[in-house]
Amino acid sequence: MTVLVAHASRAAAAWRDSGLSFRLAAIAGLVLLTVAALAPWLAPFDPDQQTLLARLSPPAGFEGAKAGHWLGTDELGRDILSRGLHALRITLGIGMAGASLGMLLGLTLGLFAGLKGGVVDDLVAGAIDIQIALPFTLLALLAVAIFGGDLMVLIIVLGIAGWETFARVVRGEVMKLRGQPFIEAALAAGASPWRIATRHLLPNLVSPLVVMFALSFSQIVLLESTLSFLGLGVRPPTATLGSMVGQGRDYMPSAPWLVIVPSLLVLLVTLVVQLLGDSLRDRTDIRLRQR
Amino acid sequence: MSAPLLEVSDLHVRFGDNEAVKGLDFTLHRNETLALVGESGSGKSATALALLRLIEREGGTITRGRIRLFDEKPHDLTRLSDRQMQAIRGRLVSMVFQEPMTALNPTMTVGRQLTEVLERHASLTRRELRRQAVAALERVQVPRAAERLGQYPHELSGGQRQRVMIAMALATGPRLLIADEPSTALDVTTQAEILALLRRLQAETEMGVLFITHDLGVVAEMADRVLVLKAGRQIESAPARALFTAPQAPYTRRLLDAAPRLGGGSPTPPATSPLLEVSDLVTAYPGRRAHPFAARQPVRAVDGVSLQIGRGETLGLVGESGCGKSSLARSILRLAPIQSGSIRLEGRDVSQLHGRHLLPMRRAAQMIFQDPFASLNPRLPAWKLVTEPALIHGLVSERERRDLAVTLLSEVTLDSAHLDRYPHQFSGGQRQRLCIARALSVRPRLIIADEPVSALDVSIARQVTELLQDIQQRHGLSLLFITHDMAVVERISHRLAVMLGGRIVETGPTAEVLTSPQHDYTRKLIDAVPHTEIPRRVSTAVSPPERYAGAWV
Repeated sequence: MTVLVAHASRAAAAWRDSGLSFRLAAIAGLVLLTVAALAPWLAPFDPDQQTLLARLSPPAGFEGAKAGHWLGTDELGRDILSRGLHALRITLGIGMAGASLGMLLGLTLGLFAGLKGGVVDDLVAGAIDIQIALPFTLLALLAVAIFGGDLMVLIIVLGIAGWETFARVVRGEVMKLRGQPFIEAALAAGASPWRIATRHLLPNLVSPLVVMFALSFSQIVLLESTLSFLGLGVRPPTATLGSMVGQGRDYMPSAPWLVIVPSLLVLLVTLVVQLLGDSLRDRTDIRLRQR
Repeated sequence: MSAPLLEVSDLHVRFGDNEAVKGLDFTLHRNETLALVGESGSGKSATALALLRLIEREGGTITRGRIRLFDEKPHDLTRLSDRQMQAIRGRLVSMVFQEPMTALNPTMTVGRQLTEVLERHASLTRRELRRQAVAALERVQVPRAAERLGQYPHELSGGQRQRVMIAMALATGPRLLIADEPSTALDVTTQAEILALLRRLQAETEMGVLFITHDLGVVAEMADRVLVLKAGRQIESAPARALFTAPQAPYTRRLLDAAPRLGGGSPTPPATSPLLEVSDLVTAYPGRRAHPFAARQPVRAVDGVSLQIGRGETLGLVGESGCGKSSLARSILRLAPIQSGSIRLEGRDVSQLHGRHLLPMRRAAQMIFQDPFASLNPRLPAWKLVTEPALIHGLVSERERRDLAVTLLSEVTLDSAHLDRYPHQFSGGQRQRLCIARALSVRPRLIIADEPVSALDVSIARQVTELLQDIQQRHGLSLLFITHDMAVVERISHRLAVMLGGRIVETGPTAEVLTSPQHDYTRKLIDAVPHTEIPRRVSTAVSPPERYAGAWV
């Protein structure tokens, strides 16, 4: 209980000294998360339910709008608002899971390479170079062809696509930190490699990790859109923000809302994550926090 | 005294809410050297930057006062526009910085940087530029000047880089030279050369020199007049001789007392059994390849060193930077790769041990590093920092850590109210105390201190040195004290070892080595220590009876 209170008061303090952009981003982020989590209850229609009689009806307020379909319907008469909410849910999930997977993989390998050096480092550095050289879409195509367009497969593919950024930065940071006297001081005190990695290196890596996580999250949201756009993503009729844009592009001249709604959501999600990442980075840096 | 060159009156400088300089008045004449002396945070660098009006770049403002510079006509530097200031900087006033490596552009050759300065103030042909650049380097006694023009800053030694900086500053014949700790980053021997060079150049050009330093030894060598600063205020202003013989302000007296100087006497070596015996130690790092397919030529940083430290004894190790002192320290603690030789700690050879087997040795021997800030993990609070070694060696449980931290902090005279602070919230001296507390946490037999006070202000350095000495005596520890400062070593070490080029060239009881140095290099080191002419009565240095009377002042 006391721990909870302490956390609450720290959160309150964080709120007090944060800037306007952080507050707006935090509110927007919370709203997005809640809306995504509650999508099945909030959505007025089943997202996959087709109403062919109400095809391509514009959003409320425009000429020819159908009552109940606030953001209009798509070419199969599915409710855009309902699809958008469900798509947001899946897209956020994919981004979160993919970025976490990439971070875990990249952090482990980067730490290992930076600490061990020698052959291990050469191997990891080589793997990073190969990953950079590999066209990602090709990799994704291959994975989808072999394992099928399952949601899990997609998350793993997206996570793997992001590991290299984490590994590269972590490896560089670790090599820089390894030369610092405080690491040498820990060595001289008899600290084990595990202790040095978890107690001395990891806390000093939090700031870059937060920034990279935010970047990676946005990147994965966009990548998923690209893959869905190419038809490699989540199978229809399940909606993701990317697939909605992809399928809506044929109707862009006559029914632009099919594309505008999911595009705006992608924009909002990536923007909020970036803003939160930036302010979190500043907050996690102890030296900036309290002078 | 000739006409005044610079007249500063009622100067106030402010950084945000913090007033760095609070009303400073001084006059500097031609061919005169005025030393601004003070510890870090005293406002001496802020004053220098204000004079060049570079203070705005650092986020400060001149809030009040006048800075008058007399050329043909007087300029009030506080009133000039940025454009007018540009014309004054370099032409009338130049500056030499503390760290020549960062003050020079690493991607430009020395020649290019020099000619850039020359070009800015006069239009010359390429050939003439080159001729002048060579002349400028020769003037600061850089050997083979013409060759140096094509080199990059990293290819030069620290002393040569500082010479290049001085050449650049003087290339356009300024009336006033501001030297901000120009010799602090250099070895004692190099420092003596640079100071001599500055004195000679001043005699040639009759320029006024504003010399900023924290080192009273350097002041005694250089200054005609001294201005002592503390927390942005002028504490005392006097001719150098008067200040050293009869300091008025108590603060000045404290500074003078803290200034390390030779002749204070050293403790006599105790007769004990050896704790650490190092013999024929060689440490080599992989060096460069002669060509891409050649084997790497190992660079021997430590080249066959043998030494002994008795129980309860302090061995001072002196030598210039790059002589292998730090490599030796790191090798003894098995932090650097040993090639051959043996290290016996309490009779046990630790040179071949690895991994877990090193743990007993890691407990018995601790290290204190030069830069206390870098050697403390910025993400850990004080109580965790100081108790970590004890936790690693299982001397405390996670729950007892805070209690141990309280004891340790009081041991190094830190307030236990600061337990939860992070390293950046401590001052330099406090950080070094934390490092000492951390070393003490495992109750070691041997402490290796690698330049532990070089990064600190004189009075703080004095306190930290005394603390170390006190702890050494109280716990009967053995101490390997590494430094480049002969005066510090004299005060605390029983025996002395002089290192040059990876070897120990001379060793013996401190008093003996200092009074009758055998090796040329030792003699050079002793001569290079700036002489502060302070009468003995001012000195209140602790002189326990076992110390012999100093032979030199």
